[in-house]
Amino acid sequence: MSAAAQTPAQAPLLRARGAHIGPDWRSALFTAPFLLIFLGLLVYPLFWGMWISLQEYDMFDKSAIFAALKNYVALASDPIFLGSVRNTFLFVLLTVPAFVVIGLALALALNRQGRTAAVLRAVYFGTSVLSVTIVTIIWKVMYLPGRGLISVVLSLFGLAPIAFISSSSLALPAVAITTVWWIIGLPMMLFLAALQQIPAELYEAAVLDNASRWRTLWSITLPSITRTFVVVTIYEIVAQFQLFGQALLLTQGGPNNASRPIVLFIYETGFRDWNLGLAAAASEILFLLMALAAMLQYFATRRAEAR
Amino acid sequence: MSSIELDRVSKRFGAVEVIHDLSLRIESGEFIAFLGASGCGKTTLLRMIAGLESVNSGEIRLGGERIDQLAPGQRGVAMVFQHYALYPHMSIRENMAFGLKNIRVASAEIDKRVNEAARILEIAPLLARKPGQLSGGQRQRAAIGRALVKQPKAFLFDEPLSNLDAALRVRTRVELARLHQQTRATTIFVTHDQVEAMTLAGRIVVMNDRKIEQVGAPMEIYGQPSTEFVARFVGSPAMNFLDVAVSDSNGLAKVTSPSGVHLATGILTKSLPVGETFRLGIRAEAARVDATGVLPGAVEVVERLGDRTHVHVRLANGETLIAEDAGLSRAAPGDAVKLRLDASQAHLFDGKGRGYRAPAGASN
Repeated sequence: MSAAAQTPAQAPLLRARGAHIGPDWRSALFTAPFLLIFLGLLVYPLFWGMWISLQEYDMFDKSAIFAALKNYVALASDPIFLGSVRNTFLFVLLTVPAFVVIGLALALALNRQGRTAAVLRAVYFGTSVLSVTIVTIIWKVMYLPGRGLISVVLSLFGLAPIAFISSSSLALPAVAITTVWWIIGLPMMLFLAALQQIPAELYEAAVLDNASRWRTLWSITLPSITRTFVVVTIYEIVAQFQLFGQALLLTQGGPNNASRPIVLFIYETGFRDWNLGLAAAASEILFLLMALAAMLQYFATRRAEAR
Repeated sequence: MSSIELDRVSKRFGAVEVIHDLSLRIESGEFIAFLGASGCGKTTLLRMIAGLESVNSGEIRLGGERIDQLAPGQRGVAMVFQHYALYPHMSIRENMAFGLKNIRVASAEIDKRVNEAARILEIAPLLARKPGQLSGGQRQRAAIGRALVKQPKAFLFDEPLSNLDAALRVRTRVELARLHQQTRATTIFVTHDQVEAMTLAGRIVVMNDRKIEQVGAPMEIYGQPSTEFVARFVGSPAMNFLDVAVSDSNGLAKVTSPSGVHLATGILTKSLPVGETFRLGIRAEAARVDATGVLPGAVEVVERLGDRTHVHVRLANGETLIAEDAGLSRAAPGDAVKLRLDASQAHLFDGKGRGYRAPAGASN
C-alpha cells in the first residue's frame, strides 16, 4: 500500500509503531557514547589546559592563583624555552622533508611485484613497530665514539670518530637520523598505497606518448599523488613537533640544551619542577605552532594545486 | 599510411600460450575489427602491435618496416584505450599535446594540430577543461583527439565504445566511421560486440581460442561463416542449429531431422566429408513463419522488434528454433505454426565445426 493511499485516520496508527521520518531525541542516544568520551577526554581538558596556563598552579599544595598572561611573559624571556622552540623547529625542518623525500623514494623503488620488493617493504616498515626505548638503545650503540658502528666504519677509512651525542651541533641531527630510521615505514606505506591507485593504463599511454622515465615521474606519478603528499607532510609536521622520547633517552636534551625539544621542556617544567601553569602555557604555544605550521602547509599546497 | 603484417606471431604468458602462430595482413587505409569473446587473445594481439606486450616469436611489420623490437613510442602507432587513460591532472589540450612535446614538435605545430583535431572532433570548447569535468562521450573524443594529433601510421582502438551508454555508443560508432572516411588511416578496432564490428569494419577478423577463425568482409562473415563458432558468434539472434542426417540426391545434400525437417540443400555432397555427423545451421530470417510451410511446431515465446518478430518455436522432438515473422505477426504463445526453411541459406557443420554451404551462384 502506498503512503498516498492511506486515510488520515490510519496515519497516526502507523506512526505509533515507530516508523516515522524526522528528528527524534532518541537518535542522540546512538552518538552519546562517543560524544561523552569526546567531551570528557578531549574538549574539557583542552579548555582546562588553557585555564591552567593562566594560573600560578602549584602541584604540592594544590594552590592556584590567577596570573593572567604572566606564564606566557615568563616563557617569552626564558632562554631555555626559546632554545627548545628553536630546536623543535630545526628538528621538524630536518625530519619532515626527509620523511617525504625518502618515503617517496622508497615507495617508488619498492612499488613492484616480486619477493625481493615484498621483503624490503617489510624490512623498512619493520622498524616502526619497535619501541622508542629499543630504537634509542640501538642508535646509542651506533653513535658510541670509539666502539660504535659509525666510528668503526669511519676508522676503516682512517677517519677520526665523531662524538655525535656529546657535540652540541650534532646532537639534534643525531636524534633526527634516529627518528627517520625508526618510522620511515609509515610514509613509505602511504606513498605505496597512493602509487598503487594510479591506473596502469596511464603509464601505457605515457609509453606510447614517448615520455621518458623522468618525464613520467614528473608529469604523471607526482601529480597523481599530491593528496598523499599533503597528508604525509601535515601528519609528519604534527608528529615531529611532539618529539620527546628519542631526545629524552638519547641525549637528555643535552649537551647544553642543544637538543631539548618543547615537549621535553614541558615535561621537565611540569613533572620535575611541578610548575604546572608554566608547563600548560608552553603546551598552548606548542599547540598554536603546530596548528599554524599544518595550516600553512595545507594552504600552500591548495594554492599550488589550484594553479 | 601503411599496411600492417603479422607474420607467424606467438605470445605466451608463462606456460599459457595466448596467441598461437598467427599471420594476418592488414592493408593500408583499411578499417579492420578484431572480434571475439573475452579471453580469445584479441586485446593481447592489439597490445603486441602497440608494443605494450612483447612478441615471443614471429614478426610484426608496419609499412614494410619491422617494428616488434621497437619501443612503443617509436612504432608510429596511436592507441585509444578502453578507459581512455587521459592524464587526469592535465587539461585536454595538454593531454593532446603531451606526446608531441615529448618528441619536441615545435609549439606552433602542436597548436595547429591540436586545434585541427579539436575542430574535427568538435571538442574545441573543452580544450581548457580537465578530463574529470567531461562526460564519458567527451572523454572518448579527447582520447581519440590525442591519437589523432600524432598523425600515426595506424590507429589502435581497444574496445573504445564499451564504456558508453547505448545511445552514445551508436552515435560514436557513426562518428568513428565518418572519421575513418576523412582520415583514411589504417585502423584496428578490438571489440566483443559483433554489431560494432559489422557496422564499422571493412573486414572482420573473428578470433577464438588463440587463433583466427575467419577473416572477411562483414557480409562474408555473416553469410558464409567458415566455422560453427563464427556462425554462432556473429548475428543476432544466433543461428539455429539442428542435428540432421545427410543423404545424397543427385549430387546435392538432402537433410532430414527427427524434428521434422526435410530440406533439399544446394550443398554439393562431394564437398562433404564421409563418416561425419552433421548439424544444420539456419538463421532466423531463413526460417519464416508461413501457413504454407512444411515444418510444424508450437510457439513458445514471441519477441516483437517492431519491423519484425522473432518467434521461438518448439519442434516435434523438443528442439527449439528461432524463426522470423512480420512485424505485425499474430503468433501467440501456444499457437501451432508452420515454418518454411529457405534451403538456399542452409549451412551444414561437421563434427569438427567446419562449415559447408552451397557454391556461390547455385540455385536449388
